[in-house]
Amino acid sequence: MTARVERRTVNVRIGSRVRNGHVVGTRWVLRIGSLTAGLLLWQVLTATGTTAWLRFDRLPTVVEVARRLVEQAGTAEFYTDLVTSLGRIAAGFLLAAVLGTTLGIVIARSRLVGDVLQPLLEVVRPIPAIALVPIAILLFPTDEQGIVFITFVAAFFPILVSTRHAVRALPTMWEDAVRTMGGSRRHVLLKVVLPGTLPGVFGGLSVGMGVAWICVISAEMISGRYGVGYRTWQAYTIVDYPGVIVGMVTIGLLGWLTSSAVELAGRRVTRWLPREAKP
Amino acid sequence: MSVRVEGLTVRYGSAVVLQDLDLDVSTGEILVVAGPSGCGKSTLLRAVAGLVTVAAGRIVVDGQEVRGTSRDRAMVFQDDGLLPWRTAARNVELPLALRGVPRTGRRAAARRWLDRVGLAGFERHLPRELSGGMRQRVQLARTLAQRPKVVLMDEPFAALDAQTRADMQELVVEVLREAGTTTVFVTHDVDEAVRLGDRVVVLGTGEVDVRREAILAAVMA
Repeated sequence: MTARVERRTVNVRIGSRVRNGHVVGTRWVLRIGSLTAGLLLWQVLTATGTTAWLRFDRLPTVVEVARRLVEQAGTAEFYTDLVTSLGRIAAGFLLAAVLGTTLGIVIARSRLVGDVLQPLLEVVRPIPAIALVPIAILLFPTDEQGIVFITFVAAFFPILVSTRHAVRALPTMWEDAVRTMGGSRRHVLLKVVLPGTLPGVFGGLSVGMGVAWICVISAEMISGRYGVGYRTWQAYTIVDYPGVIVGMVTIGLLGWLTSSAVELAGRRVTRWLPREAKP
Repeated sequence: MSVRVEGLTVRYGSAVVLQDLDLDVSTGEILVVAGPSGCGKSTLLRAVAGLVTVAAGRIVVDGQEVRGTSRDRAMVFQDDGLLPWRTAARNVELPLALRGVPRTGRRAAARRWLDRVGLAGFERHLPRELSGGMRQRVQLARTLAQRPKVVLMDEPFAALDAQTRADMQELVVEVLREAGTTTVFVTHDVDEAVRLGDRVVVLGTGEVDVRREAILAAVMA
């Protein structure tokens, strides 16, 4: 009986790999094709100066933007901005990840802590992080710390809420199993709660990373001295429109890269989840 | 290790799930508790495991009153009792890891017990890569690796097909006898109750307590 089951598992694996191999090529053609079509449309609309209610005549063309990007990529300033923004994201996001998951677990597991902290957090949560800029400026000695604070607040709540939900949604059977093995509270936390909530936690981290970028860029535009957001706003004030688009594209790429990193890490630690085979 | 339940009453909120229940299980005995859904069979099991608060009465295991969970009283669940992120072997190792058995010893034990339940070669499989019957074998291996004095089984085969269930019933009786553990086995399946139990207690409609021989005699007649 066991031999029969083994053979079946192997067949399924081979089957899905073959199917995926067939589809992968077509899917990449579609993805790259859609990106190229978007760029082409933009080039045509701006180069011909189309004005049909929307006025494309004042926007820079793809070629102008590309030229500007190459130009900026040759300056040290460009990389200082990149590193500055990434550093702010790293600091704010990591702080949010550690505090958000820890508090999320504690609030979900302890009624006392939940009663004490939840009302406070629920009142602060609906405030958009960017609306805290005045507070940040008053509260922190340097702008730098204020910007990291804004980034932290932005990422903190999605992570906290997802973790709290994930802990509460854990099947009680897993905890019962560990307890009837003689496991202590600490064992339940380490062997059940932490690994079991990872899928939910990573959902929160993904959302948190996205919101962190929105807020770090906004905060840089308001009070920064370096950073991609600051540079983009600067370009706008000196009417350097290709520079504005370069800034936007840079933000898009950085956001995509960091989100992918979170996504990838999430997949690695949640391999046990049943999921459809995706290339 | 004997189990004695004295005047047990359990409430969930205002609902009385068990009222004034008395029960004795002698050392090495396989007692089957049968009865319709909602009669409190699972609650009885959870009370013996130490997972629920008792409203009145007491449970005494080997002369000691039950207060909370212990590794001497292992539980086997219907399904999904395995931790899905751990491989079969690492699930079996878990009770040993919790009491600090070193890795090499744990691994050897896991291999041995998985082999005993007919799953040699499946050590590195995740629960989702195994069939329902195989997952229950892993749970059984895990329980045996724990070396408990009392095994509490909560409808462990309810989700299995008839053939797999029959295989598993045979295996369970074999390994539990071998290990000499005291067992309380809960089921709503009368057929399973008769097949497995040294003694069957029917809960719900005023307790009935019968020996296997009596049932068999009645069936034969």
